[in-house]
Amino acid sequence: MSERILMKGNEAVGEAAVRAGCRLYFGYPITPASEIAEYMAYRLPQVGGTFVQAESEVSAVNMVYGAAAAGKYAMTASSSPGFSLMQEAISYMAGAEVPAVLVNVVRGGPGLGDIQPAQSDYFQMTKGGGHGDYRLLVFAPYTIQEVVNLMPTAYELAFKYRNPVVLALDGLIGQMMEAVEFTDFRNPDEIPIPEWAVSGKFRHGGKKNINTSLDLIPEKLEAHNWKLQKKYSEIEEKETRFSYFGVDNPETLVVAYGTVARVAMSALKKLLNAGRSIGILRPITLWPFPKQALAEKARHAKRIVVLEMSSGQMIEDVKLSVFDPNKQYEFYGHPGGVTFTPTEIEEYLVRG
Amino acid sequence: MKVVYERPKTLEKVTNHYCPGCHHGILHALIAEVLDEMGLAEKAVGVAPVGCAVLAYNYLDIDWIEAPHGRAVAIATGIKLAHPDVLVFTYQGDGDAAAIGLAETMYGAIRGVNVTTFLYNNAIYGMTGGQMAPTTLLGMKTTTSPYGRDAKREGYPLKMAETIALQGGTAFSARTALFNPKMIMETKKRIRQVFELQMKGAGFTFLEVVGTCPTNWGMSPVDATKFAETEMVKTFPLGVYKELKEVE
Amino acid sequence: MSDRPNKVVIDEELCKQCELCVVVCPVHALRISDRINTKGFHPAELYEYDKCIMCGFCAMTCPERAIAVYRPEVQKA
Repeated sequence: MSERILMKGNEAVGEAAVRAGCRLYFGYPITPASEIAEYMAYRLPQVGGTFVQAESEVSAVNMVYGAAAAGKYAMTASSSPGFSLMQEAISYMAGAEVPAVLVNVVRGGPGLGDIQPAQSDYFQMTKGGGHGDYRLLVFAPYTIQEVVNLMPTAYELAFKYRNPVVLALDGLIGQMMEAVEFTDFRNPDEIPIPEWAVSGKFRHGGKKNINTSLDLIPEKLEAHNWKLQKKYSEIEEKETRFSYFGVDNPETLVVAYGTVARVAMSALKKLLNAGRSIGILRPITLWPFPKQALAEKARHAKRIVVLEMSSGQMIEDVKLSVFDPNKQYEFYGHPGGVTFTPTEIEEYLVRG
Repeated sequence: MKVVYERPKTLEKVTNHYCPGCHHGILHALIAEVLDEMGLAEKAVGVAPVGCAVLAYNYLDIDWIEAPHGRAVAIATGIKLAHPDVLVFTYQGDGDAAAIGLAETMYGAIRGVNVTTFLYNNAIYGMTGGQMAPTTLLGMKTTTSPYGRDAKREGYPLKMAETIALQGGTAFSARTALFNPKMIMETKKRIRQVFELQMKGAGFTFLEVVGTCPTNWGMSPVDATKFAETEMVKTFPLGVYKELKEVE
Repeated sequence: MSDRPNKVVIDEELCKQCELCVVVCPVHALRISDRINTKGFHPAELYEYDKCIMCGFCAMTCPERAIAVYRPEVQKA
């Protein structure tokens, strides 16, 4: 660990990526994610990297696709409407097993929506998002420090599993400033070019590499898809992350992630001090979803309260995880860019 | 015994999926010949499109990636920036490069991305069964212009080689064809030229190649080849539209 | 025929009977044969051996690259 710097969330995303070894960034401006591109445009030339402002999000994500298929750490970032445009390429990348780190600074939708923080892209990010059967590893950090800490992991796992990884931020984390401590630089020249990369035959023993998501023989495509599912099962088994704060067997279990979890935490602290039987489970990976942990924490709970900046998306996974019709499931949300206040959450939890 | 012609080493010895007489096979072979002659097969990466040439990766013994429809130049941009020492080319049809992927192709030229694009222009969507392409000739009947392409209704054929030549980052833009041995030799010469330019870091190089689609034009391969020679070239004049003489 | 040196060698399995080679041949030495390959095409063949000038036009036109062309060494007396 080196220096501690006061930094905006979006800029920290950029610096963390640079330190993780990313030297190729492809972007297209969109509020509230533009500062990531701006930071990379300024920062990458200083470290021998390349920033390209693409003609669209579609093009940006395909440039990432090319660079990542060539075996390099690449990145793009966007916000909800732009992230929608990227879905086609993300589906291809999942099918062709191309690793990449993609950042979605989620804003209110649907459509052009607004530019305020939201969590309404949960389904899109965790259930695939584009066409076909696939999954993305989705990290939902709740502080800028956690964004920074997760970045090297995001790249490692993307390459380990050859799968796109999404960092799901929201407008609040992207725009706020916080003191963060950065990890040391990883030298990108020391990151090996994988054997499977399309990088010229001379780089991998003279045998040609083909990167494609196409297989016209249905039996072969089915076998490939089962292989992908096996990989997803392994990710579910090994890479599920969450944190829990509260009493061991709470009567009221709160489930929230990202900014909402952060706001809820202060409410929870007050209620715990007041002696309430309460706890909050915060998924750090939205996919794989912490199903087992949630089921265990919910075992003695009467109320399960899901807080989201959407009209209720994660709650479906919560119900599927707990899988008990006798529990009381409550949803309290803000779709459209309104952020929770701690008092509001506290009052809701007390009032019921 | 002297070899006048033998199948190039880099052209995989498999039967391709193209219809009898389709000029795609000729263009594939010419690229393979030039790669062999320049000794670049080990350093080459091809970007295959969506369309008839989607399976191009099965035919040339080099590294390949199959791009989403129209995005070949964006994919190529990523690869080239990842490995500036490799030769990167896209192989696209008119629908891929000039309709859905027009923005990506244009920005390859605008940005001067140091990659090569081959555009096989046969004025039709072949793989999907003969629909109208951006390059369909006026009056030409396709399954989606069944009364013939009418400029008032369907607009005009898009002239890519000329358009690409206008962009600042273009190092080379030309249109050739494959309808006779002279043009085949000319096309091969230009393939060599664009690869040489790319290896010098010249910028975006673009070669539009007028080809045929005997199946969807409803012609025999011989008639289709004649149609390319007599009709296609009226709308798509052959020639070099931009050529960087000196590379900085 | 078999004892004569090769001029035009056609891989009959690769041939799709498009006839482009037949048409392009400047001396009309090629034709479509009566034989049939496993794909159901009648492959092209060299039927006028003596006319063939080994120009290579057939080979460079063939979309399948099914044709190889060789120039036999001139026998010195």
